[in-house]
Amino acid sequence: MATLTPTEIGSGHEGNIRDQITAYGQRLKNGEMGALPAVIALLALVVLFASLSPFFLTTMNFANLFVQAAQLTVLASALVFVLLLAEIDLSAGVTAGVGMALFVVLHQMMGLNWIISIIAALALGSLVGWTIGIFVAKIGVPSFVVTLGLFLGFQGLMLVMLGDGGLFRLDVPELKAIMNSNMPVWGGWLMLAIMVVVSLGLGFYDRARRNKAGVANRPVALMLSRVALIAVLGGVAVAAMSVNRSVSVVPIDGVPIVIPIVIAILFIGTFVLDRTTFGRHLYAVGGNPEAARRAGIKVAKIRITAFIICSTLAVVSGILAASRIGAIESTAGRSIVLSGVAAAVVGGVSLFGGRGRLIHAAIGALVIAIIDNGLGLIGLPAGVNFLVTGAVLIAAATIDALSRKRSGGGVRV
Amino acid sequence: MDVPLIELSGVKKSFGPVDVLKGIDFKAYAGQVTALVGDNGAGKSTLIKGLSGVQPYDEGVVKFAGEEAHLHSPRHSGALGIEVVYQDLALCDNLDIVQNMFLGREEVTQGTLDEGSMEFQATKALQSLSVRTVKSVRQKVSSLSGGQRQTVAIARSVLRNAKLVILDEPTAALGVAQTEQVLNLVRRLADNGIGVIIISHNLADVFQVCDSINVLYLGRMVASLKTSETNQADVVGYITGTKTMEGVA
Repeated sequence: MATLTPTEIGSGHEGNIRDQITAYGQRLKNGEMGALPAVIALLALVVLFASLSPFFLTTMNFANLFVQAAQLTVLASALVFVLLLAEIDLSAGVTAGVGMALFVVLHQMMGLNWIISIIAALALGSLVGWTIGIFVAKIGVPSFVVTLGLFLGFQGLMLVMLGDGGLFRLDVPELKAIMNSNMPVWGGWLMLAIMVVVSLGLGFYDRARRNKAGVANRPVALMLSRVALIAVLGGVAVAAMSVNRSVSVVPIDGVPIVIPIVIAILFIGTFVLDRTTFGRHLYAVGGNPEAARRAGIKVAKIRITAFIICSTLAVVSGILAASRIGAIESTAGRSIVLSGVAAAVVGGVSLFGGRGRLIHAAIGALVIAIIDNGLGLIGLPAGVNFLVTGAVLIAAATIDALSRKRSGGGVRV
Repeated sequence: MDVPLIELSGVKKSFGPVDVLKGIDFKAYAGQVTALVGDNGAGKSTLIKGLSGVQPYDEGVVKFAGEEAHLHSPRHSGALGIEVVYQDLALCDNLDIVQNMFLGREEVTQGTLDEGSMEFQATKALQSLSVRTVKSVRQKVSSLSGGQRQTVAIARSVLRNAKLVILDEPTAALGVAQTEQVLNLVRRLADNGIGVIIISHNLADVFQVCDSINVLYLGRMVASLKTSETNQADVVGYITGTKTMEGVA
């Protein structure tokens, strides 16, 4: 085993839990706040709405909330990949719409198998992403303009494909089940068990690898308490969703099917961003494209891949949307993209590129879903909803800009 | 003296009708710091871009460690062990020190990034340069001072097993204390057996740290001097063209 000679140069992994907490406080001071403001906002909103509406904390509403947030989480996660490059995809919502329109044409009009039709819709998403990527990375058109053009054009394309005012009922029970049915109760617990085992496994794997390399590890208690947090929070959530939440005679219990799907997307995406060279290069290009280029990174390829991932995941969010309302409209996806961007930014993803994680998108999506859900419950008009969401977005972007200023001009020795 | 690490003879480069390098002879040795000075437009950048492979020379012979070398692209130069640290340093602010030092050559085991191994090697590289100003290799580069950034950029070339490190104006943006730090670092780099070429406008720095000084004037190498055998007034004379090699010879 290799060892390092004792030295003043550390890695931030040394020391006991107290040192680690001090170091975390230092990072917050330096403006590396991550999702913390969004988590605080989330808790504040939960307390606020719980005190204002007796229905807010019921198990029925709790399960609904997650289902409401699911579609937005996937869309916001899609956008994170391009936001990390300081790019934007305004067409993500209508790309989802066009993907689902293709599904309608292939499956419901031409009678093709629904699985093949879904794969075709996803492939169309990838093609759209590739096209945006070529325009942005190879030709040099700003992504704002390319995707604004597609945003307008695809609204027309959907009308052409589905007809004016076209509305098609989703006739695939498997797809409708995603947002409207639940797993058996044991399925929820199995999901949680898998999450805990995978977190533990990855934690110990990382420690073993760092040990082998001869560098310091954080106290094992820190990793274990992180896993314990997942187990406790997840346990509470699964327990709440495991009791009968129906108000009628037909019982409703179990974790909604969409939840493990969203968690899997978040896990795989985070894995790619944190643990692969592609992820590392994505952050590098977002931070300093010129430095990335000089380091031998193929910047254009990274950009194009990011747009492909974004548009493909956007189609996944389109599938969830269609599943939720049980239909596909010719006007689908027009307004949701801005909520997706808002969710990502509220969660702590920087619009300046290079900073942000998928979990931020999920937390931001929950914040926006809670505002929507809570204001609806206390009976405020829809106008208030938009006003509050807008205010939260501006607050989040302000925090981002300020913390960026702080970390840019931070402690210089 | 032994074989030069890099030896240029009769190197020429022109852009259209403009001859920027008019037949340059130049040598730099392993374990020594070699200065390249000259006024703006003298051809310093063009000379360096030829060595880094970004803009290959039109004519002339390049020998690396005694063997003829063809520097057609940055890849060729990199393979030989020639690393350039540009003035803007090319660091990503949003990444930490380890991530920056391994950017573009990340170590992967079992399909994923091997953070432990990279962290170990980055720490070793910084230690080999006796760096004391960096507290943690997992600090974000955005939190580093100008001198620390320069340190990271130089350590990155060490990590890549550079044999020849070319520094473009390494102290231009630094204060007094940080300049001192970086110059010490440059000296240690040479003491570790690496050949160092420094481009600088600051003659005080050059005289403090360099073993020999080469002066470019309008595309010609007008003087190649040992630092111990010359003085600032002479070098200024060569840079401004008021003095020629014959004048002192």
